[in-house]
Amino acid sequence: MGSNSLHVLKGINFTAEAGELVAIMGSSGSGKSTLLNILGMLDEADSGDYTLDGVPIKNLNETKAAKYRNKFLGFIFQSFNLINYKSALENVALPLYYQKIPRKERQVRAMKYLEQVGLKEWAHHLPSELSGGQKQRVAIARAMAAEPKVLLADEPTGALDSTTSYEVMDLIQKINDQGNTILVVTHEDDIAHMCKRIIHLKDGVIEKDEKVTQVRASQYV
Amino acid sequence: MFSKDRWKEIMEVLSSNVLRTVATAFGVGWGIFILIVLLAAGKGLENGIRQEFNGVATNTLFMWSEKTSMAYQGLPEGREFSFKLEDVDLIRRNVPGLRIISPRNSMGRSDGDNVIRGTEGGQYRVFGDYPEIIEQNSIFISKGRFLNHKDIKEKRKVVVIGNGIRNDLYDTDEEVIGTYVKISGINFMVVGIYKEKSSNGGGEDSERQIYMPFTTFSQAYNRADNVGWMAITAEDGKSISQLNKTILKTVKESRKVHPDDERAIGYFDLYEQYNRVESLFGAISFIAYFVGVLVLISGVIGVSNIMLIVIKERTKEIGIRRALGENPWSIKLQILMESIFLTIISGMVGIIFGSFTIYGINAVLDSVGPVNMFLNPSVSLGVVLIAMGILVIAGLLAGFIPANKAIKIQPIEALRIE
Repeated sequence: MGSNSLHVLKGINFTAEAGELVAIMGSSGSGKSTLLNILGMLDEADSGDYTLDGVPIKNLNETKAAKYRNKFLGFIFQSFNLINYKSALENVALPLYYQKIPRKERQVRAMKYLEQVGLKEWAHHLPSELSGGQKQRVAIARAMAAEPKVLLADEPTGALDSTTSYEVMDLIQKINDQGNTILVVTHEDDIAHMCKRIIHLKDGVIEKDEKVTQVRASQYV
Repeated sequence: MFSKDRWKEIMEVLSSNVLRTVATAFGVGWGIFILIVLLAAGKGLENGIRQEFNGVATNTLFMWSEKTSMAYQGLPEGREFSFKLEDVDLIRRNVPGLRIISPRNSMGRSDGDNVIRGTEGGQYRVFGDYPEIIEQNSIFISKGRFLNHKDIKEKRKVVVIGNGIRNDLYDTDEEVIGTYVKISGINFMVVGIYKEKSSNGGGEDSERQIYMPFTTFSQAYNRADNVGWMAITAEDGKSISQLNKTILKTVKESRKVHPDDERAIGYFDLYEQYNRVESLFGAISFIAYFVGVLVLISGVIGVSNIMLIVIKERTKEIGIRRALGENPWSIKLQILMESIFLTIISGMVGIIFGSFTIYGINAVLDSVGPVNMFLNPSVSLGVVLIAMGILVIAGLLAGFIPANKAIKIQPIEALRIE
């Protein structure tokens, strides 16, 4: 850490309702990743309040932060971040393991989510045996396994070609249709327009916050 | 702690790089191997030396008279003197805490064959002894009986001979008990044969002696009430080394020896010797532990190092786990358990190899026959348990720094690494 501090976010104020599908857009350096880290309790804001499902998220110690992350949040990363020596099924079951759910039940529930993302037959394969799109779908299943309040997706399609990207977005839209709240960070316009609301970030402030007509990804698949 | 998933994970991590795991484990295994073998060698030495003391009442002082080196009460310097039987009673009265006082007279073997049986003969040491001497010496009766108080009282002409003499003077299948031997011209009936308790090598000579009732000896060889030698054993819990001053003082007084005359009475404090050897055993096992634990420490540092590397490699994974909501303590526990598990398993391999080595040494020792001062090297279960305890602590220490490092990993940092 250098001695020069850099203010990345300079006053962000927005509320996401339950069931929303929000895209956070901005060019690199706009602060979108920092925002996501704060939302994901991976980082803490210097000042300001963050309330999640009525719970103020503040001054968390590591144990508590871990518990909240597990209960409230599901993460989807650009680079999938699957654990490479565990099978798809074990990866999906991981958040449930941290909730101390018995092994049998974990497996059943993880299988259910794998089925939802269409990878039931791949359950016992290692991540290295899956394609990029499949890996991301496993990651999505994993994010959903703990039935979190919010799904946070950091450039979920960043490492995928456009066809696969649309498949993944189609899946995200379907999950949203079931009533899940999802925040997607992206810098791709077409991906952003597949959400219902777009927040444009620029230099650490909200430039524009607009509701958009959702483009269904299924028409491209 | 004993959940199946955790063990599964430990196995996955350790088996992901088998060569590295084995190389790391070798360090710890080698350390515990050295520790076990050193301790066993120390024990072997201890057993060997202890055997020399086997059966001897170690809390014993041996005392004999020499020439005076100082004039005293009108008596000249260089006077030869002898203890008297009354001194035995005097010591018994004046020095409390003594268990056995055995006066003895003896006849050397300087003057040709002193023992003759038929056409066979030999030079042997002959002792006039009290029956209690058998409690102080490391002998046991292999046939017949030892001397008893009736022999003393009636001055019976009986002897107990050593097994070596039996071999010299008798045929192998000949009946010995009840036969007669001629000692310096007088016939004695053999009533018993004794053997050495510790008969490894050196036993032969000490099995070529003859025990005779003290009173018989005095009368037969004109010793009057003289006593040549005394073996004095203290009661259990009292140290003869503390009593020997009083004993010497009493005897010097009664024999009119100058109280400061150090050379007039010779003595050998077996207890002091024994304690010296005992403290040597302590030193040996200290050295064994010291060296063993140092070697073990280098192994433990190896484990710690590897765990640090493993953590570095798994930074991203740990970040993911934390993002998914794994409790930091759970991660710490995981690292510690990996470290302890690795240490214990490799330590057990070391213990097993150590045991086999000891077994091998014992087998060799058995086949080549007894070796002086070395016998039956072994480690007790207690030592193995101590070694296991050291391993658990070592594993904890080895895992401690890496585990702390692991929970300091921030999820964002971990996830940034591509």
